Amino acid sequence: MNVRVYDLAHSRAGDKGNTSNISVICYDEKDWEYLQRELTPERVMAAFAHIAGGPVTRHEIRNLKAFNFVIENALGGGVTVSLAQDIHGKSLCNVMLAIELPNCQDSKQGQSQQ
Amino acid sequence: MQSNLNYGVCHNNAMSKRTTTLRIGSGAGTSDDRMVPALELAERGDIDYLVFECLAERTVARENQARTRNPEKGYTPSLHERLRLVLPTCIKKGIRIVTNMGAANPIGGARAARREAEDLGLGNMPVAVVLGDDVSEIVRRMPQLRLMEDGEPLESLLPRLACANAYLGADVVSAALDKGTPMVMTGRVADPSLFLAPMLHEFGWSYEDYARLAQGTAAGHLLECTASVTGGCFGWPGIKDVFDLARNGYPFADVKSDGSLCIGKTPGSGGRLDVMTCTEQLIYEMHDPKAYITPDCVLDITELKFTQEAPDRVRVERARARPRTDTYKVTVGYDDGFIGEGEVSFGGIAAVARAKWAAEVIQERLRLRGFAFDDFRVDLIGMSSLHGDAEHRPEPYEVRLRLAGRTRDRKAAHAIGFETRATHMHGPGGSGGACEPRVKDVLAVKSVLLPRHLVRTEIVVEGGS
Repeated sequence: MNVRVYDLAHSRAGDKGNTSNISVICYDEKDWEYLQRELTPERVMAAFAHIAGGPVTRHEIRNLKAFNFVIENALGGGVTVSLAQDIHGKSLCNVMLAIELPNCQDSKQGQSQQ
Repeated sequence: MQSNLNYGVCHNNAMSKRTTTLRIGSGAGTSDDRMVPALELAERGDIDYLVFECLAERTVARENQARTRNPEKGYTPSLHERLRLVLPTCIKKGIRIVTNMGAANPIGGARAARREAEDLGLGNMPVAVVLGDDVSEIVRRMPQLRLMEDGEPLESLLPRLACANAYLGADVVSAALDKGTPMVMTGRVADPSLFLAPMLHEFGWSYEDYARLAQGTAAGHLLECTASVTGGCFGWPGIKDVFDLARNGYPFADVKSDGSLCIGKTPGSGGRLDVMTCTEQLIYEMHDPKAYITPDCVLDITELKFTQEAPDRVRVERARARPRTDTYKVTVGYDDGFIGEGEVSFGGIAAVARAKWAAEVIQERLRLRGFAFDDFRVDLIGMSSLHGDAEHRPEPYEVRLRLAGRTRDRKAAHAIGFETRATHMHGPGGSGGACEPRVKDVLAVKSVLLPRHLVRTEIVVEGGS
């Protein structure tokens, strides 16, 4: 049974130009290191590959038990030119929350299920 | 209501509070923000200042278009309704208003505000106006400036340039507050700077005192999206419940002259204000948490600490900042053709298959009519419109097909909606509920950095004695 980001953290998406930034904020501080290990920029890029060109940069905000993922080329050119319905990409935090991670207890088993 | 209010310098009592707590409320976080919570904050929040932040990249561009059509317009269209609601209370209680509703025409916005005051029986209300954010004439002479998005020279956009606005800082807004008017009207000012300005003005902070600028900027960033920090775009049933969300209240900052800071919200309002809501809002629209660049400073939140001090009250400590950069960020707007849109629905058996077929047929008909598009997009609303196409997604019972394209040709843009609607008569079978063809002008935006010394700001006072 894999763990979703949703199970451990809350999230919000913001926009600047063609770049989306998506926070991931742990409910419980003890999960921060697990997310630091498993919620890699590569894994986030893979989850957004059909939406964004990338790259993805991950910023660690340990004091707020949070991360900030900056995803470039994610918003169809930006709010003024985007053809999307959700021009700001406000709903993109839900893609982040749906990412499945290997089980905390047995990460090898989790990885084999990916 | 008094008809002959005396608008002397510093008619409010906030100046006497320099040694105590200054309370700054947030009354709008976008031009389309809800209005009643701002009135509730003014009535019940015991605030000294009320800030209305009503601009975004998109809205500045839009108001520039409006000014192009009518030189008296170009300020935020909701200014009238917003001020009509809050002005009587603010004037009565001596709450000073700071707002960027001047948008692309701060003088026009100030005059509109003064007309509202007069119509409300509030007399000859002076408004201090911040000018200088419109740098279109300056950047026209600097084709070598590089666009931040793609490194291309600005020159490539100049023939289509519609506007260029610099994000001004708190220093000039504070100087406008020194004029003592009940309201300060600006165009483009960085959002947090609107909130920092009253602190500079009231406490006389040095513009080089980065410890305090950091706290004030953090306060501004937490407040700039109104209800977002009070549970607004936070709620999620079961895991992130929000009390009485329908009546969620707007936030305020309690600041002291030493930079100590608490965030609170309208007493008795709904919503939620805690460390979780503050953390979401703090990271919102931030890239590098060590370097959130505003015109006033470079904010670092990687040591910042939130503490729940009381219900709906969060203390903010240890915001840090490095010195401001020597440039202003400038948003340049340029004409980029048109976006056309059409929508139509399919339901029941093979709804998705018919919608996909319709999308192919519509695009083929557009091609046959000779229309081409710089960018084109097909959405199946209910399946792929928000998060793109992913495999193995279950098919919904009904789906709404949406087609959108960007083009320099208005006729081509219109044809998208026209051909989408025409599926009613020309198939595939069983489509219903098409919308009218939609076409909008595109005023695209990009950014450049402009050396500060080239920007000349100015403060003028409209009206008063």
